[in-house]
Amino acid sequence: MSKPQEVIHSRIWEEVPEADNPFAAAACYCSGYDVYGDVLGQASWIEYLYLLFKGERPSPGQARLLEILAIALTNPGPREASVHAAMCGGVGGATHAACLMAALAVGAGQLGGAHEVARALCIWQACGQDLPAWREYLQHPPVEERADIWLPMEHPPGFDPHGASCAAPVRRTLAALADCGVVGALGWLHEHRAALEATAGCPLAMSGVAAAAMIDLALDSDQAEMLYLWLRLPGAAVHALEQKGYGWRRFPFFADGLELVDDPGTPS
Amino acid sequence: MRGPEALFASEDHWVTSMGAWFPQRGAILRGKAVFEDFQELSWMGLLLYAITGRVFDENQMRLFEGMWKLCANYPDPRIWNNRVAALAGTARSTATLGISAATAISESTIYGFRAVIRCIDMLYRFQQQLEQGMDLTTLVQQELEIHQGIFGYGRPIKQKDERIAPMLALAQELGYAGGAHIRLAFAIEDVLLSKRWRWRLHINIAALLAALAADQGLSCREYYRFMIPCFAGGMFPCHIDAIDQTEGTLFPLRCTRIVYNGAARRRWHTP
Repeated sequence: MSKPQEVIHSRIWEEVPEADNPFAAAACYCSGYDVYGDVLGQASWIEYLYLLFKGERPSPGQARLLEILAIALTNPGPREASVHAAMCGGVGGATHAACLMAALAVGAGQLGGAHEVARALCIWQACGQDLPAWREYLQHPPVEERADIWLPMEHPPGFDPHGASCAAPVRRTLAALADCGVVGALGWLHEHRAALEATAGCPLAMSGVAAAAMIDLALDSDQAEMLYLWLRLPGAAVHALEQKGYGWRRFPFFADGLELVDDPGTPS
Repeated sequence: MRGPEALFASEDHWVTSMGAWFPQRGAILRGKAVFEDFQELSWMGLLLYAITGRVFDENQMRLFEGMWKLCANYPDPRIWNNRVAALAGTARSTATLGISAATAISESTIYGFRAVIRCIDMLYRFQQQLEQGMDLTTLVQQELEIHQGIFGYGRPIKQKDERIAPMLALAQELGYAGGAHIRLAFAIEDVLLSKRWRWRLHINIAALLAALAADQGLSCREYYRFMIPCFAGGMFPCHIDAIDQTEGTLFPLRCTRIVYNGAARRRWHTP
């Protein structure tokens, strides 16, 4: 008896082959919906995105929430580290994939990045909408006994350690998301923002708003991290292309910005 | 509130002792001139100096190079990180993208760089706790209970790790096979094999390499950083092989190889 072929298991995707080629799909189904025969032309991009992650169509409120979140996150702007990384690729003429990989690598981090969102989600999962529990968590964050690829957090997840006050885009995004009609974390965060900021010692950041939105979309921390990673890629892409056009002469090098404190001096 | 003071202080002002490039003159790396001070140093020596700020002797360098050479270069495209390099080849992407992505996915948990750092961290923790009078069996038991596993022991595919013997032979030749962390790594294996655990777990190469690195004084993070390029020797052949063969032919999957177990077929009705 021949060994059974190894297979890919999926709850998301099913394909039906073309009659003349078993390696070409005639129909593709996403969580039961015919993508090219039914979804295409009827669903919005945001509805399809939600379906991919959740396996079900979003309610109108959930679709609105995800759409507002996507717009808020899609371009962090050229000063932000992940976009800056992509521009470093673009200005040097790197491949476009490399620019996006640079944005992903930097934007994965724990300061404004995707892993911070995942860590912030952990607070939501531990504390829910319990203000004293949040205070306790923020004042005495759990300490991991083991060393890890990720460094220990240097600031409360979801808050901006360099912020003077909560920035207007963060406040406006939170207000818009809290107004979507999805009852949950966002409304609570909107109501208790000042108290949480006082405990954290720094203002709420966009990553903190995104984490609350992910909670209201019922995403787990892995899904939230993934979604946040690539919702921010469009900005990285266009700024990388833009800097490719401007060229390296017009891109900051920080020519006078580096101070070497351990210079052995010019050899004699 | 902490505020933006740190940003004001560092605007156009990055203070470093790591190094810099000076046009016409060359580069400084951790207080040494790259053109003048590294002439006798191998690439491995330079890399270790860049990571640790320390210069290692010839024997140590042979050991570190052996750790890469003997233990991490399997040119097999079925292995996940190598497969990424090979998929990049079969899909006709670039070598840089393929190798970079393959390296990035090597930062995984059940093998690769998370296992690397967790392993050396565990050896250091155990060593410290043993010095405080704790018992090794108890430590192993706690590790298994708290973390549902023990990094560096057991293997998903095969029990015995064929890399142990050649690596140990090199360590013996260089006089590094009897260090405190090597002894600890094998003592842990003895505990795992002698007690009535759910699984009998043999030592794998991750624990041996971590022990060798710990005996050379590398910190957890120094060792993790040192290991990052270690799989490259296996990745390049996989990428090249896929490039040399007909495009798109690396392990093609027919539609029916996706076994679907999600929601039943349904219609998308727009209200």
